[in-house]
Amino acid sequence: MRNRQATQLLFEMSRPGRRGASFPPSDVPEQPLSQLIPESQLAAAPPELPELTEPDVIRHFVNLSTMNMSVDTHFYPLGSCTMKYNPKRHERLASLPGLVDLHPYAAEESSQGMLEILYELQDMLAEISGLPAVSLQPAAGAQGELAALLVAAAYFRDRGEQRSKVLFPDSAHGTNPASARLAGFDCVQLPSTDDGFVDLNRLREQLDDQTAVFMITNPNTLGMFEREISTISAMVHEVGGLVYIDGANMNAILGIARPGDFGGDMMHYNVHKTFTGPHGAGGPGAGPIAVRDFLADYLPGPLVTKSPEGSCQLQHPAKSIGRVRSHFGNVGILLRGYCYLRTLGALGLRQVSEHAVLNANYLLAKLKDVLPVPQGDRCMHEFVATAKPLAQDRGITAMDLAKRLLDYGFHAPTVYFPMVVPEAVMIEPTETESRETLDAFADTIVQIASEDADFVHQAPHETPVSRPDEVQAARQPILKWTPACE
Amino acid sequence: MAYLENTSDQQREMLETIGVASIDELFDQIPADLRLGRSLDLPPALTELDLTAHLGQLAAANSAKQGACFLGGGAYDHFIPAAVDEIASRGEFYTAYTPYQAEASQGSLQAFYEFQTLICQLTGMDASNASLYEGGTSVSEAVFMAMRVTGRHGKVVLLGSLHPEYRDVVQTYLSRLECEVVVVPTLEGTADAAHLESVLDNQTACVVIQQPNFFGCLEQVQELTEQAHRVGALSIVSCDPISLGLLTRPGDYGADIVVAEGQSLGTPLQYGGPYLGILTCRQKFIRKMPGRLIGQTTDRHGNRCFVLNLQAREQHIRRDKATSNICTNQGLIALRATVYLSLLGKQGIREVAELSCRKAHYAAERLTAIDGLDLAYDRPFFKEFTLRCRDGAESVSRQAAQAGFDVGPLLSRFPDGNPHDLLVAVTEQRTRQEIDQLADALAN
Amino acid sequence: MPPAELRFLKTHEWALADGDIVTVGISDFAVTQLTDLVYIELPQVGTSLAAGAEFGVVESVKAASDLYSPVSGEVVEVHSELEEKPEILSNDAYGDGWIIKIKANDLSEMDGLLDSAAYEKHCEAEAH
Repeated sequence: MRNRQATQLLFEMSRPGRRGASFPPSDVPEQPLSQLIPESQLAAAPPELPELTEPDVIRHFVNLSTMNMSVDTHFYPLGSCTMKYNPKRHERLASLPGLVDLHPYAAEESSQGMLEILYELQDMLAEISGLPAVSLQPAAGAQGELAALLVAAAYFRDRGEQRSKVLFPDSAHGTNPASARLAGFDCVQLPSTDDGFVDLNRLREQLDDQTAVFMITNPNTLGMFEREISTISAMVHEVGGLVYIDGANMNAILGIARPGDFGGDMMHYNVHKTFTGPHGAGGPGAGPIAVRDFLADYLPGPLVTKSPEGSCQLQHPAKSIGRVRSHFGNVGILLRGYCYLRTLGALGLRQVSEHAVLNANYLLAKLKDVLPVPQGDRCMHEFVATAKPLAQDRGITAMDLAKRLLDYGFHAPTVYFPMVVPEAVMIEPTETESRETLDAFADTIVQIASEDADFVHQAPHETPVSRPDEVQAARQPILKWTPACE
Repeated sequence: MAYLENTSDQQREMLETIGVASIDELFDQIPADLRLGRSLDLPPALTELDLTAHLGQLAAANSAKQGACFLGGGAYDHFIPAAVDEIASRGEFYTAYTPYQAEASQGSLQAFYEFQTLICQLTGMDASNASLYEGGTSVSEAVFMAMRVTGRHGKVVLLGSLHPEYRDVVQTYLSRLECEVVVVPTLEGTADAAHLESVLDNQTACVVIQQPNFFGCLEQVQELTEQAHRVGALSIVSCDPISLGLLTRPGDYGADIVVAEGQSLGTPLQYGGPYLGILTCRQKFIRKMPGRLIGQTTDRHGNRCFVLNLQAREQHIRRDKATSNICTNQGLIALRATVYLSLLGKQGIREVAELSCRKAHYAAERLTAIDGLDLAYDRPFFKEFTLRCRDGAESVSRQAAQAGFDVGPLLSRFPDGNPHDLLVAVTEQRTRQEIDQLADALAN
Repeated sequence: MPPAELRFLKTHEWALADGDIVTVGISDFAVTQLTDLVYIELPQVGTSLAAGAEFGVVESVKAASDLYSPVSGEVVEVHSELEEKPEILSNDAYGDGWIIKIKANDLSEMDGLLDSAAYEKHCEAEAH
């Protein structure tokens, strides 16, 4: 039963004099504050934060949490996002005393346990990628992309080469061009073939001595393995360029194929996707990068190295591009990734991909009559179907379908991405879902396809809110509560 | 254990439905010569029980937490009320994705809207985004934003008293652009205003100020901000959010963009991350902001609700012309800060700031009474100060560690850092007894 | 068919010369493609533009498009009311919805633009 007061804002619940936390009185000799801080630097009054009790705060946020869908509560087949189950033990272990309370400037000799974990994680990520040098520093995939592109730029500069272009297919994630621009490169977007693969002719036309990096997601964003990936890599290498693998879709190929073996020179992982970070309603993630040995000297540091005696140290690579963030990295997320890899081992990891691919292909088979897949009957860990026939025949668009699924207790798939498929519905079930769940999801889509179009067009009907007015939000942005709003 | 669901019978039936004989066949699209013909060489799988023991041993090998923590340098050991962990460990929050699907995410969206409001209240600024990675990248994003706002791409000025790692990050981010990064030297612990004056010109996009600065000293923020404004540059202030319980809010002295490392607001130290990047600005700059923004609107039934707003700035729409490449942010850490600030309220934040400030001053008094230890700079400070050690900082740090206390970082760990200097940070968690014990240990 | 007196860029800007002052807007087709406009970023008066240079951005909730100048010259007037009320543009793209006026350096640049028939063909091709 929904709590109707749950949507009050903290600020509307505030009453002067309430307290949610208290602190002991000062135990050091009292001095007037003005003797410690110059008057001119002291605020006249404390900031106008709301005043609430702990029970107020707990009830407020627990009720808010019930207005979310999440992996713990719902099937969440959001394509490209790998919404798999997040093991509870790993949450606990990342919070162990000695790990969770370790200061980033603690001395190396008193951080050996932590450094050992991070060292071992570097090793495991190198093995899984087939690329020998790993930096755990990037805070998320997009930062990994930026870091790797800067590594590439530094490498070319050392070779006396001025290369200006970064290439990527039109199905690429938006972060690829955004990172390339930030790294000071010109962006060249390549149209894909009709069946969604890299168009080798278009690629050949663009490759020249100005080509720095070709960025490619493999399996690609359509959920297909780029069959020609070795040819593509060879073409890029032939003009002296580097191949970057966006690791967003690693969940499909763990222990089966490695970016380093199919021609990649650099890649990033999304620990919050592939290795159960978890997602945290938008983060934090972690985006370690792995590169070939000739790029290792340029990695952002610090890295963890191990002396022959077995002790671990922090070290900045000789020609490092510099830091991309303060401190070591998103260690709390890296620890969860470490726990996951240690729980699975080589066999478990391979099974993850096998079952992710099995589940995706099963759903594809169950759905293709209602939601055809332009790329054909097989996929890797996800597939991109089109709601175009449904929109044409019944007036039910991909957006309508997505919204209506919420009424049935399923999170929506990714819709309208990648842009190369009209009315795209991108479905990634992950390996941690049962056949029963997949069946129920498929049956629901079939059912929605036969529902009254107007009714579906007004969906969702069962959620706390329905079809927010985004145009109004963007035209007159209200980005914070103010008393005058009331 | 890979957390798999389907029994072998189910797998067989699923393969039949697909129309293939085996799972292997599903991987036919990967050319055979590209497949790894062996098992990955990884350490053996551990059961939950074994893993727990293994991690327990490694965690115990970190002996840093035997005594009290006086470490600072941008990450601080503030107290975290239990309700913060309680809320942040709700699966409905931490196993949700970015709230693109508003109807399925009102809980997160409202919490982030509340986060944006709380951060504005704290900083005195008009608008806050829904978080960036951490303090250093927030400074970098603010610098890019200042270039967009001013249309000036020629010069960026960083005060030398900005955290050296943040400076390093800005330099990395700007390394491929033709923009001069000028670092203004520090004079007796704070920015050299005359030197700043000499480098400012009409090509300068911004001046980046840290308050309190890396050495713990309070900068003349108002004057520095006015200096920036006189040449049409933006004033970017990187602040300690806890200090705003006591110190003048940046919005009140004219800062244009305020950034912060938000770790102090309810997030544990966890060896450096995940932390919380805060970025706020004046209203007129909101469309130039990086990162996600949550906005209020109404739904089909006229009810108040919240959505991701102004998305046309972001990489998934604007691609190479986005205001930033950021996608994943620090949602869960922003939630922690939201719960933390709502528990503390206006009185609580004041108390934490005041206690930290008073105890830091007591610690400074006790430590500098020891022969060979002095304040490096005769400047006002908040909760952290630079201690100058006549016989070198290393031996003082070692002496403290032997008594179970962590002090630092040693400034020798940073380029050009004085090997005689180390930072001492004191939060509300430190007791008079701990401070006295530290002083006694160093006095011997 | 779009008004015959206008000239067009393939990127959907229109231009209308009156003496050496060229008024610039975007086409009905572009407005329809973008759906609900939420914001327009305008240049400052006095900005000098090369032909084909970006001078602003139009945004809807889920898309953003750069605006390109049809001719070279100096921006002499901007329709700043659009910043607050982008719907003016949606309602009358070829009239009240004009965006900027440019004092053109070389009016012969107008000759290189599409006429309305050619532009209409271009839109038909793009819609497919």
